[in-house]
Amino acid sequence: MSAMSAKTTTAEPVLEIRDLSVDYGYGDDPTHVLRNVSLTLNRGEVLGLAGESGCGKSTLAYAATRLLAPPGIITSGEVLLTGRDGRRADLLGLTDGQLRSTRWQDVAIVFQGAMSSLNPVYRVGRQLVDGILAHRKGMPRVQAEERAAELLSMVGIPADRLRSYPHQLSGGMRQRVMIAMALALEPQVLIMDEPTTALDVVMQRQILEQVMELRDRLGFSVIFITHDVSLLVEVADRIAIMYAGEIVEQAAAGDVYRRPRHPYSHGLLGSFPPLHGPRRELSGIPGSPPDLRRLAPGCPFAARCPHVMDVCRTDRPVLGPTAFASTGPGVATAAEDGRLVACHLHAQGSGPVPKALAR
Amino acid sequence: MPAELAPAGASGAPPETRAAAQDGPPVLAARGLTKHFAVGGLSKQSAGGGVRTRKVVHALDGVDLDLHRGSVLAVVGESGSGKSTIARLLAGLVPVTSGSIMLDGTEVRVRGRRAFRRYVRRVQMIFQDPFGSLNPVHPIRYTLTRSVRIHRGRLTGAALEAALAELLERVHLTPAERYIDAYPHELSGGQRQRVAIARALAADPEVLLADEPISMLDVSIRLGILNLLKDLRDRLGIAILYITHDIASARYFADRTIVLYAGRVMEAGDSESVTQDPKHPYTRLLVASAPDPDDLSGGDGDLSARQVPGEPPSLIDPPSGCRFNPRCPFATDLCRTEVPDLFDVAPGRSAACWAYSDRPGKPVLDLATAGHRTGDAATGKGAPS
Repeated sequence: MSAMSAKTTTAEPVLEIRDLSVDYGYGDDPTHVLRNVSLTLNRGEVLGLAGESGCGKSTLAYAATRLLAPPGIITSGEVLLTGRDGRRADLLGLTDGQLRSTRWQDVAIVFQGAMSSLNPVYRVGRQLVDGILAHRKGMPRVQAEERAAELLSMVGIPADRLRSYPHQLSGGMRQRVMIAMALALEPQVLIMDEPTTALDVVMQRQILEQVMELRDRLGFSVIFITHDVSLLVEVADRIAIMYAGEIVEQAAAGDVYRRPRHPYSHGLLGSFPPLHGPRRELSGIPGSPPDLRRLAPGCPFAARCPHVMDVCRTDRPVLGPTAFASTGPGVATAAEDGRLVACHLHAQGSGPVPKALAR
Repeated sequence: MPAELAPAGASGAPPETRAAAQDGPPVLAARGLTKHFAVGGLSKQSAGGGVRTRKVVHALDGVDLDLHRGSVLAVVGESGSGKSTIARLLAGLVPVTSGSIMLDGTEVRVRGRRAFRRYVRRVQMIFQDPFGSLNPVHPIRYTLTRSVRIHRGRLTGAALEAALAELLERVHLTPAERYIDAYPHELSGGQRQRVAIARALAADPEVLLADEPISMLDVSIRLGILNLLKDLRDRLGIAILYITHDIASARYFADRTIVLYAGRVMEAGDSESVTQDPKHPYTRLLVASAPDPDDLSGGDGDLSARQVPGEPPSLIDPPSGCRFNPRCPFATDLCRTEVPDLFDVAPGRSAACWAYSDRPGKPVLDLATAGHRTGDAATGKGAPS
């Protein structure tokens, strides 16, 4: 599929998340579910956000769009959206009115459960039209209905399905309706939160191929959230891997797959049995993800890491260049520039990087 | 099966004997397993089992399967293909519409509580959701004690403690003291699923029916559970039915795989050849659709989802003939009118596709479109299987 994900990517950032931190809970002892996460989405790019459940990937998306429900609180950071006119605005500082017009128009979200995202008592046509009319004041209803029909056929659903209720559609069709709805106002950024997890592989591929085709045609950027790294490698241009509320590695999709630099990325990739190639014994990652309420100092992955060192238990690693980057201590290669990893193994003077992480 | 797959030291039987074990009589077998669910209220049936006037969902039609000791059979299919129905029928949780289930060659007739207990002592089930399958108000000790007492008699005191500790050790929850008095909410998903497996093992079952045992778990701990089940298969010689939608995990874990579509078996065979050299058009579609980071060419060379649009059919009014025919690019009139049997396509392999019959008007599978996949399989076949 990444053969289709065309090379329209430019280094022009459309959404910049800087030092975003989120707590769950009030009072003296909140849980820090996101800690100083920074992420940049470029125009026309598909950015994959991968990680296990509870690592904060959905929280990141919701916080960045200010959809976080209580008791989630954004404690610091900024989210800069570059508008079509080139002006940048901090989404976290917008007034309610400004936020309302930005949402959907600039940033749209496709949620995980299509059944629970569509209103079961209204026909899908009405739900599409309502959204369009809320943002295009003064547009005649007939015109909005035409637009809705056009959107449905864009995602491969016959327009007469506008008269259907959500329960009359299959799971795949409902998810397509959600995607059509998200694209109704031609947003610049489309956030897809596990859009295909509830679907079967065949339907998943149909929908993803469609989204990628639309991306090429309409030129929006995508943040694609999933736990399935092997899927991301195919779909995304760049991948950020999250663990326990932090981004631990960020690189081009193929690089993450072929040359993972963080022990967690390496372990995560080894958790998916391959469908082709030699069969081998896989072990997954020992242990289970940490409890964010009782996070020890140091690297959150230290307890499960096969390459753990003393420094990992005391100091928290920060996201920086890999040991192989031109600024790093190792052998410089141009491909390593732009890769980021949060691991002490890649810090200066920590000795050679283990073989599995130095491919 | 390549030798390096056998867990070191744990495997009671080298691959050859495992293969031999498959030739023996199956411990649990089903023939013509069929389940129709009535929809739209109770069906009007005359006393003599007369004509149904209501609609039925053809959840499962004529499925044959064999579970052998010390071997894993995977059932792969999309949601709605009837794979969970197989597990529920084999577990005796729902009555069969027609067909028979045989345990050690004798037909199973589960009527009444005692007979059911006797049956489930030998055939245990693990459910998909470890968050829902353990009672949240009781500690692990209670859950396991109940299972031990039901299946092994009234153990008390030290004997009971020893049995519980041994169960937890079998599923690698050690030290046992740390888990025995915990409540389900204190455990992670993987640990809970291990407890659910321990509960099933309390009965010393011969057959374990695992209905999507890993799909609700975090990705990094899924393999741990699969490896545990593998270990149980090798050490205790349990026959395992592994139900999954993930064909890659079937290849990793199962000895044999059957592919289910809309309630019918499409293809059956050893997992390696079914995934590497799929014969049925549906299996090919399934394999081509699975995410594969190594294949960055995009599924163009193969049967891609684009070439095979559409969705699984309605099971209330299933298509006549082959159930895959509305989506199959090779379908002919024969496919649209008559239901294909499972034809032998290779030693130990069969596919329900008319292309492998010698009927006139049979479809011709365009093997060229399967291109590189078949090439892969040809080279991979040199390995002992």
